[in-house]
Amino acid sequence: MTLDALFIQPFVETAMLQKALVACIVLSVGGVPLGFFVTQRRIALASDAMSHAILPGVAVAFLISGFSVWPMTFGGLAAGILIALFSVFLGRYTKIKEDAVFTLLFLLSLAVGVVLLSLKGGEEDIIHVLFGDTLAIDKEKLIFITSVTVLTLFSLAAIYRGLVLDCFDPDFLMASGRGKYVRPVFFVLFIFNLVAAFQALGTLMALGLMLLPAIASVFWTHRVGAAIVLSVIIAVISSYAGLLISYHANTPSGPTVVLVCGLFCLGSVLFGRRGSAVSFVRMKNF
Amino acid sequence: MEEALITLRDLSVDYGPRQALQNVSGIFHEGSLTAIAGPNGSGKSTLLKVLAGVIRPSAGKIVFAQGRKPVMAYLPQVSHLQRDFPISVEGLVYTGFYPEIGERKGLEAKRERAAKKALKDVGLEGYENRSIGELSGGEFQRALFARVIVQNAPIILLDEPFTSVDAETTSRLIKLLLKWHKEGRTIICVLHDLLMIRKYFPESMVLQGKCLGSGHTHKMFEQKLLSFDLDMAELYSAHEASNHTHDHEHSHDA
Repeated sequence: MTLDALFIQPFVETAMLQKALVACIVLSVGGVPLGFFVTQRRIALASDAMSHAILPGVAVAFLISGFSVWPMTFGGLAAGILIALFSVFLGRYTKIKEDAVFTLLFLLSLAVGVVLLSLKGGEEDIIHVLFGDTLAIDKEKLIFITSVTVLTLFSLAAIYRGLVLDCFDPDFLMASGRGKYVRPVFFVLFIFNLVAAFQALGTLMALGLMLLPAIASVFWTHRVGAAIVLSVIIAVISSYAGLLISYHANTPSGPTVVLVCGLFCLGSVLFGRRGSAVSFVRMKNF
Repeated sequence: MEEALITLRDLSVDYGPRQALQNVSGIFHEGSLTAIAGPNGSGKSTLLKVLAGVIRPSAGKIVFAQGRKPVMAYLPQVSHLQRDFPISVEGLVYTGFYPEIGERKGLEAKRERAAKKALKDVGLEGYENRSIGELSGGEFQRALFARVIVQNAPIILLDEPFTSVDAETTSRLIKLLLKWHKEGRTIICVLHDLLMIRKYFPESMVLQGKCLGSGHTHKMFEQKLLSFDLDMAELYSAHEASNHTHDHEHSHDA
């Protein structure tokens, strides 16, 4: 087998693979910079809980109109926003601890979602919603994902400095008098990207492409801009490599993309230039 | 008579069921150098946050001489900052321009020059490209002071700026503080160190949830609201006991 046949031909010959690659790259360009700020604000676990919060809305939409893009999108958005507001309510007006709120909502959303899905769909449908089907990306989904990415990039450009401050010095941001809109905009963008990523990767894998490259990047650079660019590059390479592997090895595409992201992340944590296991050992020895 | 720049009127702050500040009133004069003292959990940082606009009071109000909130430079407690955030020392100082330029305006050469000069003033020349995670506690605090410098604000709020800082850095930063005072800026600083308060801060405000007293620092020491014989935690009990005795005497008088 030639190198061309191994690395290029699958994307030239298979339209589904082309669309899947475009979807993953577009998701990477918008969602990964956002994922960088999610990890830096140390809300990665909370965001994981949120990624499951969209499931009941998606399931209700599925019950009403099957696998239709827009009803599932709106269902996911509505459920995500409602459950996020409910978590704020629980945290503020009851004595439940923050991590317990997320555990409760994560498990409850997952359980409710799967039960609702099972009312109409079979096991295959449930797996489709949970793990996505990157190869089933169609024109409508691509339009939605691209719209979300464009919205995300413009919004991030509008609140970028505030987001940086919110991550490492939130009190200073609030004292500046300019920080009021930063968190709400960030939160809405996050829900939109979650629903966009769900279209390709399913609810369980949606965050993999957004967060894992972002976690990896800070082990290589101490510049915010460079870390974001590197995150996007890692996500794009992972998308290409993951889809290629899934094509040749006949593995599920979404989880394979996330698997490659995870390997990049693990490799960075172990061998990265800054703060990795290797740099720790070097520091101890010299 | 000095003009009251900031007047606190019955300021209260609640964190859920816990009241962090209770009916605090007081005055900060223009150009004053005031230490906010009190035991742990007495509401010192909360007061500074309310002044800075980080949190809103649940009751009472702050009245500013000009009618609206003037520009303030705010240095939060170091422990509230994320030290492993991937930002350079220069980047940290640039964030000081955010209140002025927001998202749209560019940094421009003059601000870049100002940031370089500020870093030189705090002895961090040549540190521009280092990551903030590589700095020692003292160097990080100096970088934060450089950010205060570039804000060029008439009012400066500092929350425990000398905690975990070596003696050399403390001395350098104190000089900077005194320079700002000489320039006529109003400085309000949360501090634990009584020796430092007595030596450098002409005015003090002593907090324990409520305001126990405020005014000239030597008077605070005379009234035993600040004392080297008692640590901060004991001060409040002593104050309460003395109030109780007075109340008791008054009731006998009656």
